Amino acid sequence: MVLGGCGSQSAPEPATAPGVAAPATATPSATAAAALTVTDPWVKTAKKGMSAAFGTLVNNTDAEVTVVSGVSPISPVIELHEVVDSEGKMIMRPKEGGIVIPPGGTHQLQPGGDHIMLMGVTEAVKPGAQIPFTLTLKDGRTVEFTAVGKDFAGGKEDYRPGMHKGGDKAEKGDKHMDMSESHG
Amino acid sequence: MREPRLSRRGLLAGGAATAVGALAACAPDQAVPPVAPQAAPASGGLEGSAGAATEPFDGVHQAGIATAPQTYGVFVGLDLRPEVDREALVRMMRLLTDDARRLTQGRPALADTEPELAVLPARLTVTFGFGPGFLTAAGLADRSPEAAAPLPAFAIDKLRKEWSGGDLLLQICADDALTLAHALRMIVKDARSFAKVRWTQRGFRRGAYTQPAGMTQRNVMGQLDGTVNPVPGTPEFERAVWVSDGPQWLRGGTTLVLRRIRAEMETWDAVDRIGKEFTVGRRLDNGAPLTGRDEHDDADFEKLNAIGFPVISEQAHIRRAHVTDPNLRIFRRVYNYDEGLTPEGHADSGLLFASYQADVSRQFLPIQRRLAEADLLNEWTTPIGSAVFAIPPGCSPGGWIGDSLLT
Repeated sequence: MVLGGCGSQSAPEPATAPGVAAPATATPSATAAAALTVTDPWVKTAKKGMSAAFGTLVNNTDAEVTVVSGVSPISPVIELHEVVDSEGKMIMRPKEGGIVIPPGGTHQLQPGGDHIMLMGVTEAVKPGAQIPFTLTLKDGRTVEFTAVGKDFAGGKEDYRPGMHKGGDKAEKGDKHMDMSESHG
Repeated sequence: MREPRLSRRGLLAGGAATAVGALAACAPDQAVPPVAPQAAPASGGLEGSAGAATEPFDGVHQAGIATAPQTYGVFVGLDLRPEVDREALVRMMRLLTDDARRLTQGRPALADTEPELAVLPARLTVTFGFGPGFLTAAGLADRSPEAAAPLPAFAIDKLRKEWSGGDLLLQICADDALTLAHALRMIVKDARSFAKVRWTQRGFRRGAYTQPAGMTQRNVMGQLDGTVNPVPGTPEFERAVWVSDGPQWLRGGTTLVLRRIRAEMETWDAVDRIGKEFTVGRRLDNGAPLTGRDEHDDADFEKLNAIGFPVISEQAHIRRAHVTDPNLRIFRRVYNYDEGLTPEGHADSGLLFASYQADVSRQFLPIQRRLAEADLLNEWTTPIGSAVFAIPPGCSPGGWIGDSLLT
């Protein structure tokens, strides 16, 4: 899916396609601050490569809200991911159709569940850093929030979109989540 | 800062999933299903228990000083990593403040890996202190109060490096040891990108279920310890403890002198009861001065015995430690320590002597000099650690500890 086009409708693409996103543009768009809020947002620290952002999406309306894409200046490519059971293996992959928050409800973005995947962090996410994000809703409105960098264990494992061979954790894949070290 | 109830529950549930989910997210061979975000109320029916009690975090002063002492305490001294500069210190203190604010109010830290351990805060407090190295790293060495400088050497000291110094202090106290362990773990996890642990000192006191709050505590030597201590909430306490002049950033704060004082229990055992009381100048049973009847009777330092010697010896501990001007008193909030036994069965125990005062050189040092010069008790107590920290003031709900210094 193509991310970052404020006001655009996003059409889901095959689950294995890596997203291509541009940084948020200055295009004026209605904000959805009142409709959707993000509480307790945080992002895993990373020197480079992959990272992920988490938090709680809160739907403040009595209608369904769908998040279709997200952008952040620290990663040119961002995908909305889910973790699913595929033939007995837990894999993460782009979430088709975006993330739906029920009317008046909340939706957790959490390790092991839906999350905002930063596919290529270009600038280190340091602990305590304030990382801006913009989410785009299905109706084109956007929601901005700032996530704080947090050291978090795990993340040396491989992530291979659409692949779930298991295997040696220490094996280095094409996309290697190396988030184990960070520097103040 | 209270969050909406819904959000609090949601966060807990989310955090619970975090613990198992982290494996599932990145390790395909770990088939752990994500936990459903819907969950039971956060505290699971524990609202009424004493463990649910909280101490406020935000405020003019940091908690953990005027706070009625909790049963368990841990002091951690950290050394900043060489690359840590002012910008990094801001990031660190914002993170650590956020952890402390959440955990003390019974909420999991952000990205808490064991969120269930946060729901019984048990009067948890987290207090931060800055050593001279903190201000140097911030490029603000010129704002370092003299009060945060290391103490001069005393002849009685046998200081060990592993119990002394430090750039950053964490003081974490709670009425429950598991709560404390969790808070320590979460906060240190956020600190360690910025700093290395230099020392950890754990202590304990008699808890609220063991003896009434406000009753003077006993130390491992059996003495009532802290009979003459400023009382929080009184003008005397305010004046003696909180900084009201000097560097602007420290006003509303205080200073901490933390001395690790080993009790020489084997030789203390050899002293008879009369000798022990003579050493201190107080009775062991109720703590009354040897010239009085009750614990809080004023000591009569002029009173002589039948053969013309002072009843309270010239070198008795309470005479040497006596301070006439209440404004020049120190506030002791001490913890006992007991770190196990040697193969011969000898204890490694003593006191974490935590002394808070507005000004170390005006209040702490004169007392310490008198004690070092001549105090009978020195025979059975040995200072083996010493560290001094400036304790910055508290912060507003939107602020963070250290913002008065670093911004």
